[in-house]
Amino acid sequence: MINWLDNRTGFKQLITEVLFERIPGGARWRYVWGSTLTFTFFVQVVTGIMLWMAYSPSAQTAWESVFYIQYEMSFGWLLRGVHHYTAQAMNILLVLHLLQVIIDGAYKAPREINFWFGIGLLNLVLALSLTGYLLPWDQKGYWATKVTTSIMAITPVIGPGLEKLVVGGAEYGHHTLTRFFAFHAGILPAAVVALIAGHIYLFRRHGITPKQPLKRPDAMFWPDQVLKDAVACLAVFAFILLFVVKGQILGDGHLGASLGAPAEPSEPYAAARPEWYFLFLFQFLKYFPGEKEIYGALVIPGAVMGFICLMPFIGRWRIGHAFNLLVMYGLLGGIAFLTVQAINEDRSKQDYILAVKAAEEAAERVKVLAMAPTGIPVNGAVTLLREDPLTQGPKLFAAHCASCHRYGGHDGQGHDIADEASAPDLEGFASRAWLTELLSPEHFASDKFFGKTKFADGKMAKFLNRKVSKFDDEEKAQLAKAIMALSAEAALPAQAEQDLADADQIAAGKDHLLDDIGCADCHEFHFEDEDATAPDLTGYGSREWLVKMISDPTQESHYGESNDRMPPFEPDGVLSAREIGLLADWLRGDWYAPEIADNQE
Amino acid sequence: MDNEKAPPVETRRGFLTSFLAGITALLAGIIPPLAGLGVLLDPLRRKSTLGKPIRVTSLAALPADGIPRKFSVLTNRSDAWNRFRNVPIGAVYLRRTDETTVEAFNVACPHAGCFVDYRSDEKNYLCPCHNSRFNIDGSVQDPNSPSPRGLDSLVVEVKNGDEVWVQYQKFQAGHAEKHPAI
Repeated sequence: MINWLDNRTGFKQLITEVLFERIPGGARWRYVWGSTLTFTFFVQVVTGIMLWMAYSPSAQTAWESVFYIQYEMSFGWLLRGVHHYTAQAMNILLVLHLLQVIIDGAYKAPREINFWFGIGLLNLVLALSLTGYLLPWDQKGYWATKVTTSIMAITPVIGPGLEKLVVGGAEYGHHTLTRFFAFHAGILPAAVVALIAGHIYLFRRHGITPKQPLKRPDAMFWPDQVLKDAVACLAVFAFILLFVVKGQILGDGHLGASLGAPAEPSEPYAAARPEWYFLFLFQFLKYFPGEKEIYGALVIPGAVMGFICLMPFIGRWRIGHAFNLLVMYGLLGGIAFLTVQAINEDRSKQDYILAVKAAEEAAERVKVLAMAPTGIPVNGAVTLLREDPLTQGPKLFAAHCASCHRYGGHDGQGHDIADEASAPDLEGFASRAWLTELLSPEHFASDKFFGKTKFADGKMAKFLNRKVSKFDDEEKAQLAKAIMALSAEAALPAQAEQDLADADQIAAGKDHLLDDIGCADCHEFHFEDEDATAPDLTGYGSREWLVKMISDPTQESHYGESNDRMPPFEPDGVLSAREIGLLADWLRGDWYAPEIADNQE
Repeated sequence: MDNEKAPPVETRRGFLTSFLAGITALLAGIIPPLAGLGVLLDPLRRKSTLGKPIRVTSLAALPADGIPRKFSVLTNRSDAWNRFRNVPIGAVYLRRTDETTVEAFNVACPHAGCFVDYRSDEKNYLCPCHNSRFNIDGSVQDPNSPSPRGLDSLVVEVKNGDEVWVQYQKFQAGHAEKHPAI
């Protein structure tokens, strides 16, 4: 049978040629790098094809399909993790391989062409990393790649056209993904296969460049070197797996590669950084002010690559070889220095740390929303965050409310504000705790509430000071129930259970509010009163009440003519109805949370 | 064996055959790339549709003290086969220069396109990528900033008393002069 096959294919000779390569001086660990690279490329092809089976390149499905791979498909995290970290391993192995080749003099004549093939492979792998970074279409990849393509556009003459061809149009969109994907999964891997074939063919033609002196007798590739190569490959893979599960070991629990929030063109991403192995180029650009950018971005890196290609000729002389080695070490030292500098600079930058934290929170939030029973809408996951009160509320509050109000002492996004607040702190608005504090004589006119407004010595403040401060125990109990009743008007999601449990006290509280305490002297509360001078307490703190308040506090049902400085947000077009709704929902703590959804089922 | 692989002796007929074989193979081989050339180069035909005035906000939203505020720019957008209504396409910084005039900057850093942040404590813009700094009026603050020019100003118009309309545009990064993105 085997003979029959051999007779028709001659495969035995092929196997003999592949396996029985003579290695002068015996098998050595220093020869394993090429094999580990071939192995990692093989891993990338296999995992890449598997990912391909589940990936969908379009602006509305790329992130979504990657999300599905990562969190829903069986061992999807493992597949993505292996692909992601193997890419990084390849970049490290390439540098080690290149270094070993230069140290051992394996780049010299007659091996020039093979050395160039290797340099070509290095560049192809970098291009694969670059194109792969965009494919998940998350904020990180989107913004980092935008920087790359806009740098590409500074190339003289052809730059702008080149950028358009790569981006697939004037703007990032569907065709950016289809193009990057065609490069990443088609053109570049095909080129790598062709160059690897040429690389290995030429390597076998020239034979290994043994490190002198030879310490042991010659050996064959099979099995001595194959054993060493296999051990090295396994060690590399063990390292990769370690990184895939490092989240479990270090404690953040994330498995595999990270996935940021979906790309949002109007949302700045201050934490945009390239992958760590491109950080040195990123840092390098900081040294080229103004129009000198092109030197840092294109001319110098191009010149360095050109010089590396000339190394085989320089290395013909002993001194040339020494020079090459020196340049290589210098380059690696420089790269290491710039990388460390970039990382250190970011570590000490408060803005960057906050941006990273915000990015992590957005990624975590969109994961929660995408896993909700409603799932990801056809318009894409980016709309989940756009319509999410928890995400948009703090931003809107910081931009439009925080010049007067505070939220828990800060601007809603956790930043402190130097100027003093001039309107109430709205964290916990309309909750029992918030109302209890508001309606205490010592707090109402404090800076946390109405201290800096004209209400600080208004009717309500006087009422609190003259009457409420003299309440006896029974009246205090009545006030507590009235607060429960008022807070129940808001129907806050966080208080739903309490409101239900305290139904009797709330019913009693309504009566106290109307008859005993005297709120109804000025406020309306489920009745019409043309003489009411203070805001209507019917549905106080509900979405409808709040939307009206933000839209126009001067309307009759709210502050009317006694409104202090709060501007109307709707009629002036400062905020859209949608934005006001998001703000109201956020202030009321009304957003999707898995626990609450589970409880309601 | 080796004999069979040796090239045939040069003859006139042999040359003609080689020539024809080469030309025919070239013609056949060039068909697939030519067939795809149109699609490959299609993006070059697509022009930027930006530059029309878009309503961004109203005067009331801009602080009187001239502090810049960032606004998303929303408009209808085409992305290949999709048409989107009223989606964010970018962002601008707006600031009042007096009662009724407004200054607008594209938030993209002219160096490499990252979004700059306005920092109220230092009253300047900082690019989070390569640390370019800009004054509140958009000019480059620190001569060592990598950015080749100040923030890109945009044409603003205040219509009907308080509507702020901006001609939102993008510009090529990396040049000292402002060239609109094509």
